[in-house]
Amino acid sequence: MKVISSGIGELIQPPDMNAFREWNRTKKTKALIDKRMSEQEAVSKYLKDGHYIGIELYGTVRAPMSLTREIVRQGYKNLNCAGQGVYESELLVAANVVKKLDWTYIGFEVYGLSNSARRAVESGFIEKVVEWSNAALTWRFKAAAMGVPFIPTRVMLGTDTFKYSAAKVVECPFTGDKLCLLPALILDVGFIHVHRADKYGNCQIDGISGFAAEMARASKRLIISAEEIVDEDVIRSQPDRTIIPYYLVDAVVEAPFGSHPGEMTCLYERDEQHIKNYATDSKDELLVKDYLNKWIYGVQNHKEYLDLVGTKKLDSMRIDGGVR
Amino acid sequence: MNAPKYNPNELLISIASRLMEDNATCFIGTGIPMLAASLAQKMHAPNLISMFEFGGIGAQLEKLPLAVGDMRTFNKGLVAAGICDIMEAGQCGFVDYGFLGGAQIDMYGNLNSTIIGGDHDKPKVRLPGSGGGNDVGSTCWKTIIIMQHGKRRFMPKIDFITTPGYLSGPGAREEAGLPPNTGPYRVVTDLCTLGFDKKSKRMKLLALNPGITINDVVENTGFELIIPGKIEQNDGPSVEELRILREEVDQDRYYI
Repeated sequence: MKVISSGIGELIQPPDMNAFREWNRTKKTKALIDKRMSEQEAVSKYLKDGHYIGIELYGTVRAPMSLTREIVRQGYKNLNCAGQGVYESELLVAANVVKKLDWTYIGFEVYGLSNSARRAVESGFIEKVVEWSNAALTWRFKAAAMGVPFIPTRVMLGTDTFKYSAAKVVECPFTGDKLCLLPALILDVGFIHVHRADKYGNCQIDGISGFAAEMARASKRLIISAEEIVDEDVIRSQPDRTIIPYYLVDAVVEAPFGSHPGEMTCLYERDEQHIKNYATDSKDELLVKDYLNKWIYGVQNHKEYLDLVGTKKLDSMRIDGGVR
Repeated sequence: MNAPKYNPNELLISIASRLMEDNATCFIGTGIPMLAASLAQKMHAPNLISMFEFGGIGAQLEKLPLAVGDMRTFNKGLVAAGICDIMEAGQCGFVDYGFLGGAQIDMYGNLNSTIIGGDHDKPKVRLPGSGGGNDVGSTCWKTIIIMQHGKRRFMPKIDFITTPGYLSGPGAREEAGLPPNTGPYRVVTDLCTLGFDKKSKRMKLLALNPGITINDVVENTGFELIIPGKIEQNDGPSVEELRILREEVDQDRYYI
C-alpha cells in the first residue's frame, strides 16, 4: 500500500496490537469477581502519571464527572488525553493535569469556547496538540476495539486537520481511491459513566451510547462509574442491553448523580445554572481556581460533593417517571 | 399589514429552516441548526430526519437541545444509537444535508474552527476544533454553512482549513480523495444567501435579505464574490414562523 502523505502531528500513543492482545490475555481476568470500589481507590489503583486517558461521553451528558473530579483531586500533573469534551476536558485542563492532547473538540457548546483550554494552549502549557475529527477519534477507538492497528476512512482528507494529525493518506489497494488511515488508539485508562452495572462490571446504558462501546474495548484499564449497582439477575434478564461486558472492566464505582452538573438520560436533567455560572466565571483564571477549590479540592469525595450541591437542587433535577 | 419585527437570529433561523426538506436526513450541529430544524418540522417538513452527532436519529424536536448529545436529540426519536452509526451513515451516503458553522470561511467554502492567528503550535486564539465539522463537510451530500457576515470572517485566506469546502477549486475535493459530488451548497448569513458556481466552485450571491443591498454584501466580504445578473430577495420571517420560534422552539430565549 503506497503512502501518499503523512500528517506532521505526533503519534502520542503508538498502537501495538500484539502487546494489547497479550495484555488482555494476562491482565484481564475472566473470573466473576466483585470489582466495586470508591472513586479514590479506583483512580489511585489504576491511574499513573504519564498515562494516556480517555473520558466518555462528554461533560454535560453522561460523563463520569465524579471520576474526573477525583483525577483532579489526586493531583496528577502529566497525563495525555483524548480531547473530545466539554466540562470534563475543561476541568482537567484548568487543573493543569494534561500535557499532550489528541484534540477534536474542547468547548462549551451553547456557551462558546473553553477558556481554560485557550489559556493552556496559547500559553504553551499544553506541550502538544494533535488534530482529529470527532469521527476520527472514535474510529481510532474502533480500530483498537477490532484488534487492528489502523482503520481506513474518508474524512480529514485535503485539510489542515489532516496535516496536523498523525494520520496517513494511502492509495487503496482495491479501488485506487485515496483513503485516510487512522492509527488505533489504545488507552492506558478509560473512564465511562453508565446507568447501571453489576458488581462484576457488566454495564447497561439508556439512550444514545456515544462512543462507549468502542472506547471500552480500546482501554487497557477501564473504570466504570454507575448511577446504580444492580443484581446480576437484572443484567441477565436483559442481556441484549449490556453494552460493556464485565471482562473489559477493572473497577466499578457506585456514583449516583455521577454526571453532575451534566445530565443523565431518563434520570436527571443537567444543572443549567451550575454550568452557566462556570462557563461565565471561567473567563477569569482566579475564579477557576476558586471553583476548583470549592468543588474539588475542598471536598473529600463524591458524597461530600453532592452534599455541597444540596438535596433540594438534586431533587429538582430529577426526571419524574423516566420521561424521554 | 406591517411586516413583523424580528431580530437577526430569527431571520437566520427562518431562512435556514426553509432550506430543510421533508423526508431528508439532516446532520444537525449545535445552535442555530437545531432551531432551524425544529422550525422546519413545525412548518413544512414534519418528516425531516434530524441526525445528531452522538447517536440521536429522527427526534421530534419539541424542546430545544442544548447539547448535541442531550436527551432531546432523541426525544420520541426513531433511534438512539452511537457516534459511529451517524458518522458511518454519512460515509455510506445516507446523509443528505449537513449544517455547519465556523469562525472563518474562504471563497471555496473551506471553514476554520481551529485557530486564529499565529501558527498551529502557538496560536493567537485557540478555538474548539473540528468536532464533527470535518466529518460532515467531508461526507454529507450537501453542506449548508450558517455564519455572521463580515470581513474578518469572509476572508481571502483562512488561518486553518478545519473542514473542507471545495479546497483549492474545481476537482480538488476529488483529487484529495473526498467522495465525489459532495461539498458546500449554501451559505446563509445575516445579510444574504450564497451558493457556489458550478464550474469555478467560487462563492456567488444568490439572494439578499430584506433591506440589504449588493454593496452591503460586497463591502462585508473579504474576497471577490460572483454577482450574477439576477438576484433573488429573501423574505423576512413570517408571522407564523415568528410565533412558532418564540412560543414553541425557543421559549427560554437561548438564541432569539
